Parts: sequence; structure tokens; C-alpha cells
Amino acid sequence: MRFVDEFRDADRARALAARIAARCRPGRRYTFMEVCGGHTHTIYKHGLEDHLPPEVNLVHGPGCPVCVIPMGRVDDAIHIARQPDVIMTSFGDMTRVPGGAGSFLDAKAAGADIRMVYSPLDALKIARANPDRRVVFMAIGFETTAPSTAMTVLRAAEEGLANFSVFCNHVMIIPAIKAILDSPDLRLDGFIGPGHVSAVIGCEPYEFIARDYGKPMVVAGFEPLDILASVHMLLGQLAEGRCEVENQYARVVPWHGNRVALSAIGRVMRLRPHFEWRGLGFIAHSALAMADEYAAFDAERIFDLPGVRVADPKSCQCGEVLKGVLKPWECKVFGTACTPETPIGTCMVSSEGACAAYYNFGRFSREQMRAAAREPLAEEASRA
Amino acid sequence: MCLGIPGELVERVPEHEDLAVVDVSGVRRRINIGLLAEERLVPGDWVLVHVGFALSKISEKEAQAVLDYLQGLGQPYADELDALRASDIT
Repeated sequence: MRFVDEFRDADRARALAARIAARCRPGRRYTFMEVCGGHTHTIYKHGLEDHLPPEVNLVHGPGCPVCVIPMGRVDDAIHIARQPDVIMTSFGDMTRVPGGAGSFLDAKAAGADIRMVYSPLDALKIARANPDRRVVFMAIGFETTAPSTAMTVLRAAEEGLANFSVFCNHVMIIPAIKAILDSPDLRLDGFIGPGHVSAVIGCEPYEFIARDYGKPMVVAGFEPLDILASVHMLLGQLAEGRCEVENQYARVVPWHGNRVALSAIGRVMRLRPHFEWRGLGFIAHSALAMADEYAAFDAERIFDLPGVRVADPKSCQCGEVLKGVLKPWECKVFGTACTPETPIGTCMVSSEGACAAYYNFGRFSREQMRAAAREPLAEEASRA
Repeated sequence: MCLGIPGELVERVPEHEDLAVVDVSGVRRRINIGLLAEERLVPGDWVLVHVGFALSKISEKEAQAVLDYLQGLGQPYADELDALRASDIT
């Protein structure tokens, strides 16, 4: 309970928790997926699961952009970084993501010029300052980040910058949610929808989830109270027999999204026929590539890529964690062979990955406590 | 990288209509406000900044709430501010 006092409005949190408990039908189990890694982080950081009644089960979804990058794409990026005259740039989150043959950190130690940037616009500045080098930006992220890459490419085109390109790995949340809904592994009662992704795409694209799959969704903010309020709203829909998309985060998310951002993506990028997601496999129309009009800025066309598909390590169960089938601590290597310092799987790399969040905050979930009481093996996995 | 951090718009950059200086927890940096072109931002407005781009216009009250939340996050926010400090968008 030590985290509850850190809440802003701790009293409101307690009151909300009580209202959540009152909305649960005894004996009924409610399983909600929080799609976004930022939500996962909040849930573990504040131990929100401890404040929910036993009927409510939160499972963690695929919305961590670093976590879903397949190993083969990391290898391709490192291959580019090793080409003559190349400066590879990316977000700091990519540093430790393991490919089949090491990470950016390893490649950098071996001599590749890899630089971490805050913004794709910083990569553009590096390109301007180094006209005799080829500067590549490794673009990752969901629809939150894709407009930034698109705007940067538009700027590069405007300036006629010939030494800048993008290795595009942008992915889209809707096809991932659909893949989870179509997966036979998991029974869900509703979704806590992503906040910042929705600031770009709006709430309308989620309507098929309610209409075609009969699952409610509440788009949520990132604070503990936001998550609790969203759980309360989901339970309200179920209790009243409603099934719709609601927006708990209207203070940031406009219902129709950001038109400028969507139009920038539409101009610069096109849908890929399919893309591999780490742990989830190939998902049709789930990622973006550079459009033909911007081929000159497309690292995939400029460089000859190995494009080899690399299977995840056998011991790694990130796929099950990303689909919400396994809790992080249920993975065989969690906290033993796989830690944030020596990650085997991507979920342990990013602070938004479910495994790293769980590891860093050393949370004992209720399930884990029960398991620990049953079998000594679970004690190994626990970090609290 | 996934954090949205609140910044207060300090001034527009006259040479480039898409650029503005924001103040994020005392760190002043140029960011791109092109995605909010329809909002007609003016100094004193608050925006949520993501990888160097203003993603949403927010109220001052919301900005303060997000800042409180981010400060509570500890290291991830410190890392984000460090990355912003190293940024030099033109």
C-alpha cells in the first residue's frame, strides 16, 4: 500500500476504488487490457492492481513501440549503421534492444557511428552539419510518433537535403488490437485505450471494437486516477449493457484526432502489406513504409538490407506477455536470465515494457503471492 | 520517448512559422508546432511535447497535473529532460 499516498488526491483514488468494487458482480471475473505501455508503467509504479477488487484483472497489451520491434529489423539497422559514411540516429530507447547479433550499444562499441537523438529533427540537423555523411534516422513508434517522422521528411524534402533518410519501422495500433481480438488465447471484457496515440488518430477508429467484437473501450489518461476512472467506466458499460468507445482523456484527445498529423502521415508514408511484430508474428497492413514520392528518403531503398527474419530466443516469452496471455513474472527467464541490464526480450528493455516496469517496481501481484504460497519456484521470480 | 511532456510556449521563432521556444520544467528549447497549425498558438499557451513536436494543446491546469505526475515518475522524466536538453532543433 506504500504507493497510494503518492497519488495526487489519494482520497479520490480510495473513493474510486470503492466505487469500482461496488460495480463488480461477485464471482464474475473482469479482464481488461491496457493497450499502452505508458499505462502499464503507471499500473506497476503505483501498484494499482492492489487497489482493485479481486474480480478485476488487468492484462498488458502490445503498446510499447520498442517491445514490438523484431530482431531482424534491429539487425538491418545495425547493417546500415556499419556502411561507410553512415551516421545512424535513433531514440535512446533503442540503445539496448537486442537484435540477432547484438544491440546498437554493441555495434557502437565495435565502431559504428550511432547517435541518440531526442527528436527526428535533431537527426535532420546532424545531416545538415555533415553533408559528406549519410545520416539515417531509425524511426520507431506508433501513430504518436509517426507524424513527427513525416513532418521531418517533409522538411528535408523542402530543404532538398540529399544525405538524410529514414529507416521506417512505424507501426499502427488498430491492426495490433484486431490481432489480439482475433487471437484464440485470450478472453477480454474490454480495453483501456491508449492516450497519446488517440491524440493523433482520435476515437473513431476504435468503434469497430465495440460494434464488431462487442467489447467496450475507454480511452484513458496516464495518471493513476485516469486508469481507475477508466476501469470504473468500463464496468459501468458492462453493468448497463452498453458497449461503446468512451473518451476519459478528452482534455488531450479530440474525438476526431489531429487532421494535420494524419495528413502528414498520409503524404509521406504508405501502408505495408504486412509487417512482423515481435512476439505477435506477421500482421497485415499493420505498419508504415515510405511512400514512393519520398523514395529518396527511404533507407530501405537506399541500402541493400539483409532482411533476415530472426526467431526470438527460445527461452523468451515476450510474445505471450505482449498478447497479455502471460504476466511478466510467469515467464521462465524473468528476473533471472533476463533483467534490464541483460535483457533477452524487448519487454525488459523499455521502461514501458511490462517486464521492465514490473521488475523495476518489484511488485508482488496478488496472483504471485498466491503462487508463492503454493510453489517455491515462484519465489525466484519475485523481486520485491 | 513515449512521454508527452508539458511545455509553455515562450515565443514563436520569426524565421520559421513551425518553430517555437517552449519552457519545460525550466529547460527552454525550440520545438516544432506544425501539427497544431490550426490552433494558432500564442505565448502563454501550454502544449504536450512529444519527440520535439507539440502534439496537443492543453490547459494550464492539465499541464500542472501532468508535470506533477511526471515528476513522480522519477528517472524516466529525468531521462526525458536530459534528452530535451541535448536537443537543438532549428
